Amino acid sequence: MFVAWRDLKFAKGRFALMGTVIVLITLLVGLLSGLTAGLGRQNVSAITGLPADRIAFDAPGGGQDLSYADSTVTAGQWLQWARTPGVTSAEPLGITTTRATAGDRSTGVSVFGVRPGSPLAPGSGEIDDGSVVLSTPAADDLGLKPGATFALAGQRLTVAAVRGDASFSHTPVIWTSLTTWRKTAPPAAADGPTATVVALSTDSATDTRAADEAAGTRTVSREDSLSAIGSYTSENGSLQLMRGFLFAISALVIGAFFTVWTIQRSADVAVLKALGASTAGLLKDALGQALVLLAGGTLVGTGIAAALGALVAGSAVPFLLTPATVLFPAAVMVLLGALGAALSIRRITSVDPLTALGSAR
Amino acid sequence: MSLHLTDVTLTYPDGESRLTALDRVTLDVPKGSLTAVVGPSGSGKSSLLAVAATLITPDHGTVTIDGTTTTGMTRGELTDLRRHKIGIVFQQPNLLPSLTAAEQLQVMARIDGRSPAKARTRALELLDAVGLADQAGRRPHQLSGGQRQRVNIARALMNDPTVLLVDEPTSALDHERGAAVIDLITRLTHRQAAATVLVTHDRTHLTAVDRIAVVRDGRLRLPTPAG
Repeated sequence: MFVAWRDLKFAKGRFALMGTVIVLITLLVGLLSGLTAGLGRQNVSAITGLPADRIAFDAPGGGQDLSYADSTVTAGQWLQWARTPGVTSAEPLGITTTRATAGDRSTGVSVFGVRPGSPLAPGSGEIDDGSVVLSTPAADDLGLKPGATFALAGQRLTVAAVRGDASFSHTPVIWTSLTTWRKTAPPAAADGPTATVVALSTDSATDTRAADEAAGTRTVSREDSLSAIGSYTSENGSLQLMRGFLFAISALVIGAFFTVWTIQRSADVAVLKALGASTAGLLKDALGQALVLLAGGTLVGTGIAAALGALVAGSAVPFLLTPATVLFPAAVMVLLGALGAALSIRRITSVDPLTALGSAR
Repeated sequence: MSLHLTDVTLTYPDGESRLTALDRVTLDVPKGSLTAVVGPSGSGKSSLLAVAATLITPDHGTVTIDGTTTTGMTRGELTDLRRHKIGIVFQQPNLLPSLTAAEQLQVMARIDGRSPAKARTRALELLDAVGLADQAGRRPHQLSGGQRQRVNIARALMNDPTVLLVDEPTSALDHERGAAVIDLITRLTHRQAAATVLVTHDRTHLTAVDRIAVVRDGRLRLPTPAG
Protein backbone atom coordinates (compact mmCIF):
# COMPACT_ATOMS: atom_id res chain seq x y z
CA MET A 1 0.00 0.00 0.00
CA PHE A 2 3.07 2.29 -0.11
CA VAL A 3 2.27 3.74 -3.52
CA ALA A 4 -1.52 3.33 -3.12
CA TRP A 5 -1.76 5.56 -0.04
CA ARG A 6 0.34 8.24 -1.69
CA ASP A 7 -1.75 8.07 -4.87
CA LEU A 8 -4.89 8.54 -2.75
CA LYS A 9 -3.40 11.64 -1.14
CA PHE A 10 -1.88 12.98 -4.36
CA ALA A 11 -4.91 12.54 -6.65
CA LYS A 12 -7.38 13.83 -4.04
CA GLY A 13 -9.80 15.32 -6.55
CA ARG A 14 -10.23 12.16 -8.62
CA PHE A 15 -10.62 9.89 -5.61
CA ALA A 16 -12.96 12.36 -3.83
CA LEU A 17 -15.18 12.39 -6.92
CA MET A 18 -15.29 8.60 -7.06
CA GLY A 19 -15.79 8.41 -3.29
CA THR A 20 -18.76 10.76 -3.58
CA VAL A 21 -20.30 8.53 -6.26
CA ILE A 22 -19.90 5.51 -3.95
CA VAL A 23 -21.42 7.46 -1.04
CA LEU A 24 -24.45 8.45 -3.14
CA ILE A 25 -25.03 4.95 -4.54
CA THR A 26 -24.67 3.43 -1.05
CA LEU A 27 -27.08 6.01 0.33
CA LEU A 28 -29.61 5.17 -2.37
CA VAL A 29 -29.19 1.42 -1.85
CA GLY A 30 -29.46 1.84 1.93
CA LEU A 31 -32.63 3.92 1.73
CA LEU A 32 -34.16 1.55 -0.82
CA SER A 33 -33.30 -1.46 1.36
CA GLY A 34 -34.91 0.10 4.42
CA LEU A 35 -37.98 1.07 2.40
CA THR A 36 -38.26 -2.40 0.81
CA ALA A 37 -38.03 -4.07 4.21
CA GLY A 38 -40.49 -1.58 5.72
CA LEU A 39 -43.03 -2.05 2.95
CA GLY A 40 -42.52 -5.81 3.12
CA ARG A 41 -43.18 -5.80 6.85
CA GLN A 42 -46.38 -3.80 6.33
CA ASN A 43 -47.43 -6.46 3.85
CA VAL A 44 -46.59 -9.69 5.62
CA SER A 45 -45.69 -9.23 9.30
CA ALA A 46 -49.00 -10.73 10.46
CA ILE A 47 -48.18 -13.93 8.55
CA THR A 48 -44.46 -14.13 9.36
CA GLY A 49 -45.34 -13.59 13.04
CA LEU A 50 -47.69 -16.59 13.18
CA PRO A 51 -46.51 -19.41 15.48
CA ALA A 52 -46.87 -21.95 12.65
CA ASP A 53 -44.51 -23.56 10.15
CA ARG A 54 -47.00 -24.39 7.39
CA ILE A 55 -50.14 -22.90 5.92
CA ALA A 56 -52.87 -25.08 4.36
CA PHE A 57 -54.94 -23.42 1.61
CA ASP A 58 -58.03 -24.77 -0.08
CA ALA A 59 -56.61 -26.44 -3.20
CA PRO A 60 -57.31 -24.06 -6.10
CA GLY A 61 -58.63 -25.61 -9.29
CA GLY A 62 -57.63 -25.04 -12.90
CA GLY A 63 -53.92 -24.59 -12.24
CA GLN A 64 -54.51 -21.36 -10.30
CA ASP A 65 -51.94 -20.03 -7.86
CA LEU A 66 -52.52 -20.01 -4.13
CA SER A 67 -54.19 -16.86 -2.84
CA TYR A 68 -55.12 -15.66 0.63
CA ALA A 69 -57.89 -13.63 -1.01
CA ASP A 70 -59.50 -16.64 -2.71
CA SER A 71 -58.90 -19.50 -0.24
CA THR A 72 -61.73 -20.79 1.95
CA VAL A 73 -61.25 -23.87 4.11
CA THR A 74 -64.11 -25.81 5.65
CA ALA A 75 -64.46 -27.24 9.11
CA GLY A 76 -63.99 -30.69 7.55
CA GLN A 77 -60.64 -29.74 6.08
CA TRP A 78 -59.50 -28.20 9.37
CA LEU A 79 -60.51 -31.29 11.36
CA GLN A 80 -58.80 -33.56 8.81
CA TRP A 81 -55.55 -31.68 9.41
CA ALA A 82 -56.04 -31.68 13.18
CA ARG A 83 -56.24 -35.50 13.08
CA THR A 84 -53.17 -35.91 10.90
CA PRO A 85 -50.23 -37.65 12.66
CA GLY A 86 -47.32 -35.32 13.33
CA VAL A 87 -49.46 -32.17 13.37
CA THR A 88 -49.05 -30.59 16.81
CA SER A 89 -51.34 -27.68 16.14
CA ALA A 90 -53.95 -26.92 13.44
CA GLU A 91 -55.59 -23.55 13.89
CA PRO A 92 -58.18 -22.11 11.52
CA LEU A 93 -57.44 -18.53 10.54
CA GLY A 94 -59.88 -16.23 8.78
CA ILE A 95 -58.56 -13.23 6.90
CA THR A 96 -60.41 -10.39 5.25
CA THR A 97 -59.94 -6.69 4.64
CA THR A 98 -62.59 -4.16 5.57
CA ARG A 99 -63.05 -0.75 7.22
CA ALA A 100 -63.23 0.07 10.91
CA THR A 101 -64.76 3.28 12.25
CA ALA A 102 -64.38 4.96 15.63
CA GLY A 103 -66.15 8.31 15.96
CA ASP A 104 -64.98 10.45 13.08
CA ARG A 105 -61.95 8.26 12.38
CA SER A 106 -62.03 5.48 9.83
CA THR A 107 -59.32 3.23 8.44
CA GLY A 108 -58.85 0.10 6.35
CA VAL A 109 -57.97 -2.92 8.49
CA SER A 110 -57.26 -6.62 8.05
CA VAL A 111 -59.50 -8.75 10.22
CA PHE A 112 -57.80 -11.93 11.45
CA GLY A 113 -60.35 -14.34 12.91
CA VAL A 114 -59.13 -16.98 15.35
CA ARG A 115 -60.64 -19.38 17.85
CA PRO A 116 -60.75 -17.89 21.39
CA GLY A 117 -57.55 -19.01 23.12
CA SER A 118 -55.82 -19.73 19.80
CA PRO A 119 -52.02 -19.38 19.97
CA LEU A 120 -52.13 -17.47 16.65
CA ALA A 121 -53.30 -14.17 18.15
CA PRO A 122 -51.58 -12.10 20.83
CA GLY A 123 -53.81 -11.90 23.92
CA SER A 124 -56.28 -14.36 22.39
CA GLY A 125 -57.63 -15.19 25.87
CA GLU A 126 -59.28 -11.78 25.82
CA ILE A 127 -60.95 -12.33 22.43
CA ASP A 128 -64.63 -13.28 22.32
CA ASP A 129 -67.52 -12.52 20.01
CA GLY A 130 -67.81 -8.94 21.29
CA SER A 131 -64.19 -8.18 22.19
CA VAL A 132 -61.17 -7.87 19.95
CA VAL A 133 -57.43 -7.26 20.18
CA LEU A 134 -56.09 -4.34 18.13
CA SER A 135 -52.58 -4.07 16.78
CA THR A 136 -50.87 -0.85 17.82
CA PRO A 137 -51.10 0.75 14.31
CA ALA A 138 -54.85 0.00 14.22
CA ALA A 139 -55.33 1.51 17.68
CA ASP A 140 -53.29 4.57 16.68
CA ASP A 141 -55.18 5.05 13.41
CA LEU A 142 -58.55 4.80 15.13
CA GLY A 143 -57.49 6.60 18.31
CA LEU A 144 -58.64 3.69 20.50
CA LYS A 145 -57.54 2.38 23.90
CA PRO A 146 -58.58 -0.79 25.78
CA GLY A 147 -62.24 -0.55 26.84
CA ALA A 148 -63.22 1.72 23.94
CA THR A 149 -65.78 0.64 21.34
CA PHE A 150 -65.77 0.93 17.56
CA ALA A 151 -67.65 -0.31 14.51
CA LEU A 152 -66.35 -3.07 12.26
CA ALA A 153 -68.46 -3.94 9.21
CA GLY A 154 -71.66 -3.07 11.06
CA GLN A 155 -70.72 -4.79 14.32
CA ARG A 156 -70.13 -2.87 17.57
CA LEU A 157 -67.01 -4.26 19.23
CA THR A 158 -65.00 -3.51 22.36
CA VAL A 159 -61.23 -3.20 22.42
CA ALA A 160 -60.03 -5.86 24.89
CA ALA A 161 -56.33 -5.10 24.43
CA VAL A 162 -53.78 -3.47 22.14
CA ARG A 163 -50.96 -5.88 21.31
CA GLY A 164 -48.19 -6.14 18.72
CA ASP A 165 -47.77 -4.31 15.43
CA ALA A 166 -48.99 -6.92 12.94
CA SER A 167 -49.89 -5.71 9.45
CA PHE A 168 -51.24 -7.51 6.41
CA SER A 169 -51.42 -6.16 2.89
CA HIS A 170 -50.45 -2.66 4.15
CA THR A 171 -53.31 -2.52 6.64
CA PRO A 172 -53.12 -2.93 10.44
CA VAL A 173 -54.55 -6.14 11.90
CA ILE A 174 -57.51 -6.54 14.22
CA TRP A 175 -57.69 -9.94 15.92
CA THR A 176 -61.28 -11.15 16.33
CA SER A 177 -63.10 -14.40 17.04
CA LEU A 178 -63.96 -16.59 14.04
CA THR A 179 -67.65 -15.79 14.63
CA THR A 180 -66.97 -12.05 14.39
CA TRP A 181 -64.76 -12.61 11.35
CA ARG A 182 -67.48 -14.68 9.60
CA LYS A 183 -69.91 -11.78 9.98
CA THR A 184 -67.29 -9.60 8.33
CA ALA A 185 -66.62 -12.04 5.51
CA PRO A 186 -69.51 -14.47 5.02
CA PRO A 187 -68.34 -18.04 4.22
CA ALA A 188 -68.56 -19.15 0.64
CA ALA A 189 -68.99 -22.83 1.36
CA ALA A 190 -71.91 -24.50 3.10
CA ASP A 191 -69.83 -27.16 4.88
CA GLY A 192 -70.02 -25.76 8.42
CA PRO A 193 -67.76 -23.09 9.92
CA THR A 194 -65.04 -21.85 7.56
CA ALA A 195 -61.79 -19.94 7.68
CA THR A 196 -59.35 -18.71 5.04
CA VAL A 197 -56.48 -21.07 5.80
CA VAL A 198 -55.31 -23.50 8.46
CA ALA A 199 -52.08 -22.58 10.28
CA LEU A 200 -50.15 -25.75 11.07
CA SER A 201 -47.35 -26.69 13.41
CA THR A 202 -45.87 -29.96 12.20
CA ASP A 203 -42.99 -32.25 12.93
CA SER A 204 -40.88 -34.41 10.66
CA ALA A 205 -43.37 -37.30 10.82
CA THR A 206 -46.05 -35.32 8.99
CA ASP A 207 -46.90 -36.66 5.54
CA THR A 208 -47.99 -33.35 4.07
CA ARG A 209 -48.75 -34.70 0.61
CA ALA A 210 -51.03 -37.45 1.87
CA ALA A 211 -52.77 -35.08 4.26
CA ASP A 212 -53.32 -32.55 1.45
CA GLU A 213 -54.91 -35.26 -0.71
CA ALA A 214 -57.15 -36.37 2.12
CA ALA A 215 -58.22 -32.83 3.07
CA GLY A 216 -58.37 -31.33 -0.44
CA THR A 217 -55.86 -28.65 0.48
CA ARG A 218 -52.48 -27.46 -0.72
CA THR A 219 -49.90 -26.83 1.98
CA VAL A 220 -46.83 -24.64 1.76
CA SER A 221 -44.32 -23.32 4.25
CA ARG A 222 -45.20 -20.10 6.05
CA GLU A 223 -42.53 -18.19 4.06
CA ASP A 224 -43.68 -19.62 0.71
CA SER A 225 -47.24 -18.59 1.54
CA LEU A 226 -46.19 -14.92 1.31
CA SER A 227 -46.38 -15.17 -2.47
CA ALA A 228 -50.11 -15.81 -2.02
CA ILE A 229 -50.53 -12.21 -0.82
CA GLY A 230 -51.57 -10.43 -3.99
CA SER A 231 -49.45 -7.30 -3.84
CA TYR A 232 -46.41 -8.75 -2.09
CA THR A 233 -44.69 -10.54 -4.98
CA SER A 234 -45.03 -7.70 -7.49
CA GLU A 235 -44.19 -4.95 -5.01
CA ASN A 236 -41.25 -6.75 -3.43
CA GLY A 237 -40.03 -7.99 -6.83
CA SER A 238 -40.01 -4.45 -8.28
CA LEU A 239 -38.10 -3.00 -5.34
CA GLN A 240 -35.60 -5.87 -5.28
CA LEU A 241 -35.06 -5.43 -9.02
CA MET A 242 -34.29 -1.73 -8.48
CA ARG A 243 -31.87 -2.65 -5.71
CA GLY A 244 -30.23 -5.28 -7.90
CA PHE A 245 -29.76 -2.75 -10.69
CA LEU A 246 -28.19 -0.30 -8.26
CA PHE A 247 -25.73 -2.98 -7.13
CA ALA A 248 -24.89 -3.76 -10.77
CA ILE A 249 -24.51 -0.06 -11.61
CA SER A 250 -22.19 0.49 -8.65
CA ALA A 251 -19.98 -2.43 -9.71
CA LEU A 252 -19.86 -1.08 -13.28
CA VAL A 253 -19.11 2.52 -12.23
CA ILE A 254 -16.35 1.42 -9.87
CA GLY A 255 -14.99 -0.93 -12.52
CA ALA A 256 -15.00 1.88 -15.11
CA PHE A 257 -13.19 4.25 -12.75
CA PHE A 258 -10.46 1.76 -11.94
CA THR A 259 -10.13 0.79 -15.59
CA VAL A 260 -9.32 4.40 -16.50
CA TRP A 261 -7.13 4.80 -13.42
CA THR A 262 -5.16 1.64 -14.22
CA ILE A 263 -4.65 2.71 -17.84
CA GLN A 264 -3.39 6.09 -16.62
CA ARG A 265 -0.98 4.33 -14.28
CA SER A 266 0.30 1.82 -16.85
CA ALA A 267 3.61 3.66 -17.32
CA ASP A 268 4.19 3.75 -13.55
CA VAL A 269 3.34 0.07 -13.29
CA ALA A 270 5.81 -0.73 -16.10
CA VAL A 271 8.55 1.19 -14.28
CA LEU A 272 7.86 -0.59 -10.99
CA LYS A 273 7.86 -3.97 -12.75
CA ALA A 274 11.13 -3.16 -14.48
CA LEU A 275 12.62 -2.20 -11.13
CA GLY A 276 11.64 -5.57 -9.67
CA ALA A 277 8.13 -5.18 -8.25
CA SER A 278 6.17 -8.42 -8.48
CA THR A 279 2.84 -8.45 -10.30
CA ALA A 280 1.19 -9.95 -7.20
CA GLY A 281 2.50 -7.09 -5.06
CA LEU A 282 1.25 -4.48 -7.52
CA LEU A 283 -2.18 -6.15 -7.70
CA LYS A 284 -2.38 -6.23 -3.90
CA ASP A 285 -1.46 -2.55 -3.76
CA ALA A 286 -4.10 -1.56 -6.33
CA LEU A 287 -6.83 -3.74 -4.81
CA GLY A 288 -6.04 -2.34 -1.38
CA GLN A 289 -6.49 1.15 -2.79
CA ALA A 290 -9.87 0.17 -4.26
CA LEU A 291 -10.97 -1.39 -0.96
CA VAL A 292 -10.00 1.72 1.02
CA LEU A 293 -12.05 3.87 -1.36
CA LEU A 294 -14.98 1.43 -1.29
CA ALA A 295 -14.94 0.97 2.48
CA GLY A 296 -14.71 4.71 3.11
CA GLY A 297 -17.48 5.59 0.65
CA THR A 298 -19.73 2.78 1.82
CA LEU A 299 -19.21 3.67 5.48
CA VAL A 300 -20.18 7.30 4.92
CA GLY A 301 -23.13 6.37 2.64
CA THR A 302 -24.40 3.77 5.10
CA GLY A 303 -24.05 6.21 7.99
CA ILE A 304 -26.12 8.84 6.19
CA ALA A 305 -28.73 6.22 5.18
CA ALA A 306 -28.98 5.00 8.79
CA ALA A 307 -29.32 8.56 10.11
CA LEU A 308 -32.03 9.43 7.57
CA GLY A 309 -33.74 6.09 8.26
CA ALA A 310 -33.76 6.78 12.00
CA LEU A 311 -35.31 10.19 11.31
CA VAL A 312 -38.19 8.84 9.19
CA ALA A 313 -38.65 5.44 10.86
CA GLY A 314 -41.24 6.72 13.34
CA SER A 315 -43.22 8.66 10.74
CA ALA A 316 -45.66 7.54 8.05
CA VAL A 317 -42.76 6.33 5.87
CA PRO A 318 -42.52 2.54 6.21
CA PHE A 319 -38.73 2.45 6.76
CA LEU A 320 -37.24 -0.49 8.60
CA LEU A 321 -33.88 0.25 10.21
CA THR A 322 -32.14 -2.96 11.25
CA PRO A 323 -28.59 -4.32 10.88
CA ALA A 324 -29.89 -6.50 8.05
CA THR A 325 -31.32 -3.57 6.08
CA VAL A 326 -28.25 -1.36 6.64
CA LEU A 327 -25.21 -3.63 6.90
CA PHE A 328 -26.16 -6.28 4.34
CA PRO A 329 -26.45 -3.83 1.38
CA ALA A 330 -23.21 -2.18 2.56
CA ALA A 331 -21.43 -5.54 2.52
CA VAL A 332 -22.84 -6.33 -0.94
CA MET A 333 -21.70 -2.91 -2.19
CA VAL A 334 -18.15 -3.52 -0.99
CA LEU A 335 -18.13 -7.06 -2.39
CA LEU A 336 -19.47 -6.15 -5.84
CA GLY A 337 -17.38 -2.97 -5.97
CA ALA A 338 -14.26 -4.98 -5.15
CA LEU A 339 -15.21 -7.45 -7.87
CA GLY A 340 -15.62 -4.62 -10.40
CA ALA A 341 -12.31 -3.10 -9.33
CA ALA A 342 -10.53 -6.47 -9.42
CA LEU A 343 -11.68 -7.10 -12.98
CA SER A 344 -10.29 -3.68 -14.00
CA ILE A 345 -7.08 -3.93 -12.02
CA ARG A 346 -6.18 -7.32 -13.48
CA ARG A 347 -4.88 -5.50 -16.56
CA ILE A 348 -1.82 -4.77 -14.41
CA THR A 349 -0.79 -8.34 -15.18
CA SER A 350 -0.50 -7.53 -18.88
CA VAL A 351 1.65 -4.39 -18.50
CA ASP A 352 5.04 -5.11 -20.09
CA PRO A 353 7.98 -3.78 -18.04
CA LEU A 354 9.92 -3.43 -21.28
CA THR A 355 7.84 -0.35 -22.11
CA ALA A 356 9.61 1.47 -19.24
CA LEU A 357 12.82 1.43 -21.27
CA GLY A 358 12.66 4.37 -23.61
CA SER A 359 9.11 5.27 -22.63
CA ALA A 360 8.73 9.02 -22.68
CA ARG A 361 7.13 10.82 -19.75
CA MET B 1 32.56 -10.83 -14.00
CA SER B 2 29.34 -9.30 -12.71
CA LEU B 3 27.67 -9.07 -16.11
CA HIS B 4 28.42 -11.60 -18.79
CA LEU B 5 26.63 -11.80 -22.15
CA THR B 6 27.73 -14.78 -24.21
CA ASP B 7 26.96 -15.19 -27.89
CA VAL B 8 23.60 -13.41 -27.51
CA THR B 9 21.36 -13.25 -30.57
CA LEU B 10 18.03 -11.45 -30.54
CA THR B 11 15.59 -11.18 -33.44
CA TYR B 12 12.24 -9.45 -33.85
CA PRO B 13 9.47 -10.34 -36.28
CA ASP B 14 9.53 -7.98 -39.26
CA GLY B 15 6.69 -8.77 -41.62
CA GLU B 16 7.27 -12.30 -42.89
CA SER B 17 10.97 -12.27 -42.02
CA ARG B 18 12.88 -11.53 -38.81
CA LEU B 19 15.06 -8.56 -38.03
CA THR B 20 18.30 -9.28 -36.18
CA ALA B 21 18.71 -6.75 -33.36
CA LEU B 22 21.72 -8.45 -31.69
CA ASP B 23 24.02 -10.75 -33.60
CA ARG B 24 26.18 -13.12 -31.47
CA VAL B 25 27.05 -10.41 -28.96
CA THR B 26 29.53 -11.21 -26.20
CA LEU B 27 30.23 -8.65 -23.48
CA ASP B 28 31.91 -8.93 -20.09
CA VAL B 29 31.61 -6.12 -17.55
CA PRO B 30 33.69 -6.44 -14.37
CA LYS B 31 32.69 -5.03 -10.97
CA GLY B 32 33.51 -1.39 -10.38
CA SER B 33 33.91 -0.58 -14.07
CA LEU B 34 31.89 1.55 -16.45
CA THR B 35 31.50 0.33 -20.00
CA ALA B 36 29.89 2.67 -22.50
CA VAL B 37 28.05 1.11 -25.42
CA VAL B 38 27.80 3.59 -28.27
CA GLY B 39 26.28 3.43 -31.70
CA PRO B 40 23.77 5.13 -33.97
CA SER B 41 20.01 4.91 -33.52
CA GLY B 42 18.68 1.45 -34.38
CA SER B 43 22.07 -0.21 -33.99
CA GLY B 44 20.88 -2.50 -31.17
CA LYS B 45 21.97 -0.54 -28.07
CA SER B 46 18.54 -0.56 -26.43
CA SER B 47 18.05 -4.24 -27.28
CA LEU B 48 21.36 -5.04 -25.59
CA LEU B 49 20.26 -3.13 -22.50
CA ALA B 50 16.85 -4.87 -22.45
CA VAL B 51 18.50 -8.30 -22.69
CA ALA B 52 20.98 -7.42 -19.92
CA ALA B 53 18.07 -6.18 -17.79
CA THR B 54 16.33 -9.58 -18.28
CA LEU B 55 13.33 -7.79 -19.79
CA ILE B 56 13.76 -9.74 -23.05
CA THR B 57 14.86 -13.35 -23.39
CA PRO B 58 17.35 -13.72 -26.28
CA ASP B 59 16.79 -16.28 -29.04
CA HIS B 60 20.26 -17.66 -28.44
CA GLY B 61 23.09 -17.19 -25.98
CA THR B 62 23.26 -16.67 -22.22
CA VAL B 63 23.08 -13.79 -19.78
CA THR B 64 24.86 -14.19 -16.45
CA ILE B 65 24.30 -11.72 -13.63
CA ASP B 66 26.65 -11.99 -10.65
CA GLY B 67 27.25 -15.67 -11.39
CA THR B 68 23.57 -16.54 -12.01
CA THR B 69 22.65 -17.62 -15.54
CA THR B 70 19.17 -16.43 -16.45
CA THR B 71 18.44 -19.15 -19.00
CA GLY B 72 15.32 -21.10 -18.03
CA MET B 73 14.33 -18.77 -15.20
CA THR B 74 10.62 -18.09 -14.63
CA ARG B 75 9.20 -14.59 -14.90
CA GLY B 76 9.01 -14.40 -11.10
CA GLU B 77 12.62 -15.48 -10.70
CA LEU B 78 13.72 -12.86 -13.22
CA THR B 79 11.75 -10.21 -11.31
CA ASP B 80 13.52 -11.24 -8.08
CA LEU B 81 16.88 -11.08 -9.86
CA ARG B 82 16.15 -7.57 -11.16
CA ARG B 83 15.08 -6.48 -7.69
CA HIS B 84 18.21 -7.74 -5.97
CA LYS B 85 20.97 -7.51 -8.55
CA ILE B 86 20.09 -5.00 -11.26
CA GLY B 87 19.66 -1.24 -11.14
CA ILE B 88 18.15 0.55 -14.12
CA VAL B 89 18.58 4.23 -14.94
CA PHE B 90 15.90 5.04 -17.50
CA GLN B 91 16.35 7.41 -20.42
CA GLN B 92 13.57 9.59 -19.03
CA PRO B 93 13.46 9.81 -15.23
CA ASN B 94 10.16 7.86 -15.08
CA LEU B 95 9.47 9.07 -11.56
CA LEU B 96 6.10 8.31 -9.96
CA PRO B 97 4.19 11.62 -9.72
CA SER B 98 2.68 10.96 -6.29
CA LEU B 99 5.99 10.23 -4.55
CA THR B 100 8.55 12.64 -3.15
CA ALA B 101 12.22 12.27 -4.12
CA ALA B 102 12.93 10.23 -0.97
CA GLU B 103 9.86 8.06 -1.54
CA GLN B 104 10.95 7.30 -5.13
CA LEU B 105 13.90 5.52 -3.51
CA GLN B 106 12.02 4.12 -0.53
CA VAL B 107 9.54 2.35 -2.78
CA MET B 108 12.42 0.16 -4.01
CA ALA B 109 13.19 -0.94 -0.46
CA ARG B 110 9.48 -1.48 0.26
CA ILE B 111 9.24 -3.73 -2.81
CA ASP B 112 12.16 -5.66 -1.33
CA GLY B 113 10.43 -5.92 2.06
CA ARG B 114 13.00 -3.89 3.99
CA SER B 115 12.09 -1.93 7.12
CA PRO B 116 10.74 1.61 6.57
CA ALA B 117 13.29 3.20 8.93
CA LYS B 118 16.30 1.59 7.21
CA ALA B 119 14.83 2.44 3.81
CA ARG B 120 14.49 6.10 4.70
CA THR B 121 18.02 6.29 6.06
CA ARG B 122 19.43 4.67 2.93
CA ALA B 123 17.32 6.90 0.65
CA LEU B 124 18.59 10.05 2.35
CA GLU B 125 22.18 8.78 2.10
CA LEU B 126 21.80 8.25 -1.64
CA LEU B 127 20.05 11.58 -2.20
CA ASP B 128 22.94 13.19 -0.36
CA ALA B 129 25.37 11.31 -2.62
CA VAL B 130 23.69 12.76 -5.73
CA GLY B 131 23.50 16.24 -4.21
CA LEU B 132 19.77 16.29 -3.50
CA ALA B 133 19.67 16.00 0.30
CA ASP B 134 17.71 19.24 0.53
CA GLN B 135 15.18 18.14 -2.11
CA ALA B 136 14.07 14.90 -0.41
CA GLY B 137 10.52 16.10 0.22
CA ARG B 138 9.87 17.45 -3.26
CA ARG B 139 7.72 15.74 -5.86
CA PRO B 140 8.84 15.31 -9.51
CA HIS B 141 7.00 18.41 -10.77
CA GLN B 142 8.88 20.48 -8.17
CA LEU B 143 12.31 19.32 -9.44
CA SER B 144 14.33 20.42 -12.47
CA GLY B 145 15.15 18.01 -15.31
CA GLY B 146 18.68 17.45 -14.00
CA GLN B 147 17.42 16.89 -10.47
CA ARG B 148 14.86 14.35 -11.70
CA GLN B 149 17.62 12.48 -13.56
CA ARG B 150 19.74 12.40 -10.39
CA VAL B 151 16.78 10.94 -8.44
CA ASN B 152 16.49 8.37 -11.24
CA ILE B 153 20.15 7.43 -10.73
CA ALA B 154 19.87 7.29 -6.94
CA ARG B 155 16.77 5.07 -7.22
CA ALA B 156 18.69 2.58 -9.37
CA LEU B 157 21.28 2.24 -6.60
CA MET B 158 18.80 1.84 -3.75
CA ASN B 159 18.99 -1.95 -3.54
CA ASP B 160 22.83 -2.01 -3.94
CA PRO B 161 22.77 -3.65 -7.38
CA THR B 162 25.66 -5.66 -8.75
CA VAL B 163 24.82 -4.51 -12.27
CA LEU B 164 23.84 -0.96 -13.17
CA LEU B 165 22.25 -0.40 -16.59
CA VAL B 166 22.03 3.19 -17.77
CA ASP B 167 19.96 4.14 -20.82
CA GLU B 168 20.81 7.42 -22.59
CA PRO B 169 20.88 9.46 -19.35
CA THR B 170 21.89 12.73 -21.00
CA SER B 171 19.44 12.79 -23.89
CA ALA B 172 17.13 15.33 -22.23
CA LEU B 173 19.85 17.42 -20.60
CA ASP B 174 22.01 20.30 -21.77
CA HIS B 175 25.78 19.85 -22.14
CA GLU B 176 26.72 21.01 -18.66
CA ARG B 177 24.08 18.92 -16.90
CA GLY B 178 24.85 15.93 -19.14
CA ALA B 179 28.51 16.05 -18.19
CA ALA B 180 27.59 16.29 -14.50
CA VAL B 181 25.33 13.24 -14.77
CA ILE B 182 28.02 11.13 -16.51
CA ASP B 183 30.53 12.21 -13.90
CA LEU B 184 28.06 11.22 -11.16
CA ILE B 185 27.45 7.78 -12.72
CA THR B 186 31.22 7.20 -12.99
CA ARG B 187 31.80 8.12 -9.34
CA LEU B 188 28.90 6.00 -8.11
CA THR B 189 30.03 3.03 -10.22
CA HIS B 190 33.41 3.05 -8.53
CA ARG B 191 31.99 3.80 -5.08
CA GLN B 192 29.31 1.06 -5.26
CA ALA B 193 31.60 -1.38 -7.13
CA ALA B 194 28.85 -1.93 -9.69
CA ALA B 195 29.30 -3.37 -13.17
CA THR B 196 27.85 -0.48 -15.17
CA VAL B 197 26.76 -0.45 -18.80
CA LEU B 198 26.02 3.01 -20.17
CA VAL B 199 24.17 3.08 -23.46
CA THR B 200 24.42 6.31 -25.40
CA HIS B 201 24.66 7.71 -28.91
CA ASP B 202 26.48 10.80 -27.62
CA ARG B 203 30.26 10.42 -27.32
CA THR B 204 30.91 13.90 -25.94
CA HIS B 205 30.83 12.92 -22.28
CA LEU B 206 32.72 9.63 -22.44
CA THR B 207 36.17 10.73 -21.29
CA ALA B 208 35.56 9.40 -17.79
CA VAL B 209 34.33 5.89 -18.70
CA ASP B 210 36.59 2.85 -18.38
CA ARG B 211 35.83 1.17 -21.72
CA ILE B 212 33.91 1.93 -24.87
CA ALA B 213 32.18 -0.71 -26.99
CA VAL B 214 30.69 0.14 -30.35
CA VAL B 215 27.55 -1.57 -31.61
CA ARG B 216 26.52 -1.39 -35.26
CA ASP B 217 23.83 -3.41 -37.03
CA GLY B 218 23.49 -5.63 -33.99
CA ARG B 219 27.17 -6.54 -33.84
CA LEU B 220 29.38 -5.46 -30.96
CA ARG B 221 32.99 -4.55 -31.46
CA LEU B 222 35.00 -5.65 -28.40
CA PRO B 223 35.37 -2.92 -25.77
CA THR B 224 38.51 -0.85 -25.83
CA PRO B 225 39.86 1.30 -23.01
CA ALA B 226 38.50 4.85 -23.15
CA GLY B 227 40.62 7.84 -23.82
